[in-house]
Amino acid sequence: MLRLNMILLFILVVCALGLVTSQHRARKLFQELEQEQERGRQLDVEYGQLQLEMSTWATSPRIEKIARERLHMVQPDAAGRPVVAAAGGR
Amino acid sequence: MVIRRRPQRGHRYSESPILELALQGWRSRMVGLLLLAALLALIFRAFYLQVIHNDFLQEKGDSRYRRDIEVSASRGKIVDRNGDILAVSTPMQSIWAIPGDARTMTAEQKRQLAKLLEMDGRELDGKIASDKTFVYIRRQIAPETGERIAALKLPGIHQEREYRRFYPAADMTAHLVGFTGVDDKGLEGVELAFQQSLLGRPGNRTVIRDRRGNIVEDVGAMRPPQDGKDIRLALDAKIQYLAYSQLKATVAAHKAKAGGAVVIDARNGEILALVNWPTYNPNNRQNLSGAPLRNRAITDTFEPGSVMKPFIAALALEQGKVTMNTPIDTAPGRMTIGVATISDAHRNGVLTVAEVIQKSSNVGIAKIALGFPPRDMWELFDRLGFGQAPNLGFPGEVGGRLRPWKSWRPIEQATMAYGHGISVSLLQLARAYCTFASDGELLPLSLLRVDDAVPVHGDRIFSPQTVRELRLMLEMAVQPGGTAPQARVAGYRVGGKTGTAYKVEDGAYARKYVASFVGIAPLSDPRLVIAVMIDEPSEAGHYGGDVAGPAFSRIAAGALRILGVPLDAPLQVAAADTLKEPL
Repeated sequence: MLRLNMILLFILVVCALGLVTSQHRARKLFQELEQEQERGRQLDVEYGQLQLEMSTWATSPRIEKIARERLHMVQPDAAGRPVVAAAGGR
Repeated sequence: MVIRRRPQRGHRYSESPILELALQGWRSRMVGLLLLAALLALIFRAFYLQVIHNDFLQEKGDSRYRRDIEVSASRGKIVDRNGDILAVSTPMQSIWAIPGDARTMTAEQKRQLAKLLEMDGRELDGKIASDKTFVYIRRQIAPETGERIAALKLPGIHQEREYRRFYPAADMTAHLVGFTGVDDKGLEGVELAFQQSLLGRPGNRTVIRDRRGNIVEDVGAMRPPQDGKDIRLALDAKIQYLAYSQLKATVAAHKAKAGGAVVIDARNGEILALVNWPTYNPNNRQNLSGAPLRNRAITDTFEPGSVMKPFIAALALEQGKVTMNTPIDTAPGRMTIGVATISDAHRNGVLTVAEVIQKSSNVGIAKIALGFPPRDMWELFDRLGFGQAPNLGFPGEVGGRLRPWKSWRPIEQATMAYGHGISVSLLQLARAYCTFASDGELLPLSLLRVDDAVPVHGDRIFSPQTVRELRLMLEMAVQPGGTAPQARVAGYRVGGKTGTAYKVEDGAYARKYVASFVGIAPLSDPRLVIAVMIDEPSEAGHYGGDVAGPAFSRIAAGALRILGVPLDAPLQVAAADTLKEPL
């Protein structure tokens, strides 16, 4: 009887320790997940900021200004615009 | 005594009769009872704590490590048809203070804070001198600045995250996109119209935090945040810019007060561009009020003038009252109805119906209009959407003024035929012209992008035959001999109608004009309807054909090229007189 009790007690202690460890590991993993999610959110924010930056650099007035003033581009006149017939021969 | 107690040899202590315990029975029972009482007290206490007082204690315990936290959701983006961003929210920091605590800052700390916030030292002092318990020092500053301020660890200075809306296209799309207030709620334009979709719903969750403030576990129910949906407009940023720059240039060239332009896709009613001048920068709205805020194209009405004439001609053709070539005598260029006289700008003599439109004869169109009962004309206008808001869901859209036909006098019926005595918005006008571009159907307009696969249909107002003839008349108007030869576009067949309306001031017509042009391009397979309105042009002409016509031509040329619409006319013919186009 005593031996059986001792065995059960031993199993109980092992299980209890197992529970504690797995709980600890779960929390560790949860924290990692949490950190990754936070990083994801920050990257989202950064993506939004980069998109904003890109569209600010790529506004039409700025493109036109650079094309005209810095690159000295001009609108071709009618003679400089070859017309290619659409497929199917309109 | 000592001797007596000494044990005798051979005896064991326990056997000594002297040492035999003579415990009274009540004493042991007393101890037993006390122990039992203590045990009962413990059991009762445990019962009290675990069962009766449990909720309170649980709550107290939870409050030490459990936290309800709000998970913020962001407002949806507004993008154009190609995905270019027109409005986006990005998090910023707001600096607030508990003035009582903040006053303990040293002079050096205050100086550092003021410098980081780009504020005047006295302004900062003024804010923390407040006797309130909460005061914003500065809202919506860059996150990096926020971090640097946090690093200073100033007493009584706190931060919170707030979203701020940015509009990269700024003044170009200001009227259509609108703007939000500092709390990220829409106040104008699309921001307000699509508030429900754009708005995000913050979620919340209950978590357990450890000593260091890290979240270690989710407990209880969790509501995930719902980010606002992105809105994809029908707008094309390139065409919008084109229309914007042309409108701006036209208003400047003619020293006009204001102007508006609308570009609509004739196939499905998508609004590809909508611009107004004057405009404003939605990113910086300090001292903003009055004229620049008005979205003229949608929320203002004006008497359209001659641009209404084609509708009357179409009705006459539709009813079989006239054909394109029916002669109308407009001599001597004036006509008296009752006590009033209407007149033409130029004398014309006998004109065909097509020429009445081409040369924009008031007398001619009045004669045609007087051939209808007032009710027919009213019904036409009503079916074309005049007098009712266009139902876009856009805040402040107006229906204009169309009086009931029963109160019309003949002179009013005649003037309404050339667009006086009726008021419309530029958007309504453009929409009504879509009937000529779409074989007679009045398409519903759309601010949002329409799925190309689903054909859009609307109320049929004219037969395809009538519309074909109308387009020929509209084409004549931009040919030499018409009212708007400057509206031609190199390489494309276009057609349209000019309008030059007198403005009503204090109940009388003043010598101020609204010049307009509404046109269709290309005519062989209509793709665009473009309406341009210039308010009070005061220099270099005031006729619709001289002011709004060239603007139409340039917008059409650029937009057709952007959309890659194939040419339907030889490029060289009109090339000689094409004006300098924008990029």
